[in-house]
Amino acid sequence: MQSNHNRFVTRDRNWHPPAYAPGYKTSIARSPQQALMSMQQPTASELTGPDFSHLRMGSYDNDLLMNFTQGEGLPQGERIILFGRVMDQFGKPVPHTLVEMWQANAGGRYRHKKDAYLAPLDPHFGGVGRCLTDDQGFYRFRTIKPGPYPWPNDVNSWRPAHIHVSVMGPSISSRLITQMYFEGDPLIPLCPIVHTLKDPEAVETMVGRLDMANSKPMDCLAYRFDIVVRGELQTYFENQ
Amino acid sequence: MSELMLRETASQTAGPYVHIGLALAAAGNPERDEEIWSEMVKPDASGEHIEVVGTVIDGNGDLVRDAFLEAWQADAEGNYQSDYDLRKPFNSFGRTATTFDHGSEWSLKTIKPGAVVHPNGKLMAPHINLAIFARGVNIHLQTRLYFDDEVEANRECPVLSRVESDNRRQTLIAKREEAGGVIRYRFDIRLQGPGETIFFDF
Repeated sequence: MQSNHNRFVTRDRNWHPPAYAPGYKTSIARSPQQALMSMQQPTASELTGPDFSHLRMGSYDNDLLMNFTQGEGLPQGERIILFGRVMDQFGKPVPHTLVEMWQANAGGRYRHKKDAYLAPLDPHFGGVGRCLTDDQGFYRFRTIKPGPYPWPNDVNSWRPAHIHVSVMGPSISSRLITQMYFEGDPLIPLCPIVHTLKDPEAVETMVGRLDMANSKPMDCLAYRFDIVVRGELQTYFENQ
Repeated sequence: MSELMLRETASQTAGPYVHIGLALAAAGNPERDEEIWSEMVKPDASGEHIEVVGTVIDGNGDLVRDAFLEAWQADAEGNYQSDYDLRKPFNSFGRTATTFDHGSEWSLKTIKPGAVVHPNGKLMAPHINLAIFARGVNIHLQTRLYFDDEVEANRECPVLSRVESDNRRQTLIAKREEAGGVIRYRFDIRLQGPGETIFFDF
């Protein structure tokens, strides 16, 4: 029942965005001011996590071209395959882990009651997908490329095209939500949310690459986005 | 850092529309046949059936009305049920959210967890691990919910007793209330400022 993992490589919180990143205005009032309390010795509470192998998925759960209308009509926009491999920091594939994603439509509009952007909804597009990685750690979605959209941060802030990506990994210690951006998008360096990261190399970990080899001729392009979760360590010497 | 190791993919905020991806009903969208949501327990599960509810509050004292939370807890015997399956009477994992509806409270239907052993051999007091994601939160915040009717266990808990400040320790303790035969624990999460909740790194 309980899969107890060993330790995980320490999260580098200078690599990840800090809580307080004032260029992204909402973070100002939503960032803790106190230091995080470090668990010097993580426990079973942190080293375990859910395994979703028995979650019953629908046949179109990873196909956003089909899953909102069950194929009654196709959405507008650039047809793409989004795929990649989930692995840990030692390059070890993470099989059978839950990958979830959500996104705006081709015009940058989300199917959410709070999104009032004037670009219209697409009657054939919902914008949500999920799948489990396979035995080798690969996941795959079919979708349309989302559009950029304006948001009230600076006077004229626009999000680059992005897909929100959520991955569980082997335990709640490896839990991660990120955003995938598209290679070459000139909005990436202008975005206050991207700029919450200090290290340009960290930004590179969030960029999906055009993958012609995995594109489908006369059908859809492909983007590859590999996801790295915290590495799982073996505990050789538990006690001194 | 050593080139021998890959760097973790960087975190980004879940943003304002996290619900369309991870909390479909809360976004007002149709649900799939099986969703990962806030009823972690079925009526026939063993253990004390409880509700845990709360709000998320920002540094201005205002409600955060677009948060998404994940819970991870042991079953009544103190074991983590890693195998998520909606046909089981209890799942250790649950999700909930605050929205612009329902007083902007999150809630979970669950059972009170049993004590889990700390690596030092002592028992930790019953607790629920919570992760908070939201617009404006660049990397999710991790906390623990403890129970105010577990005074003795809380005092002995190897994690809770490491918190030096008594005021801060109180931010992790949910308050029991009983309403209409339902046992409910209230746990408000303050992201910043007075009464700021303790968040963990692990």
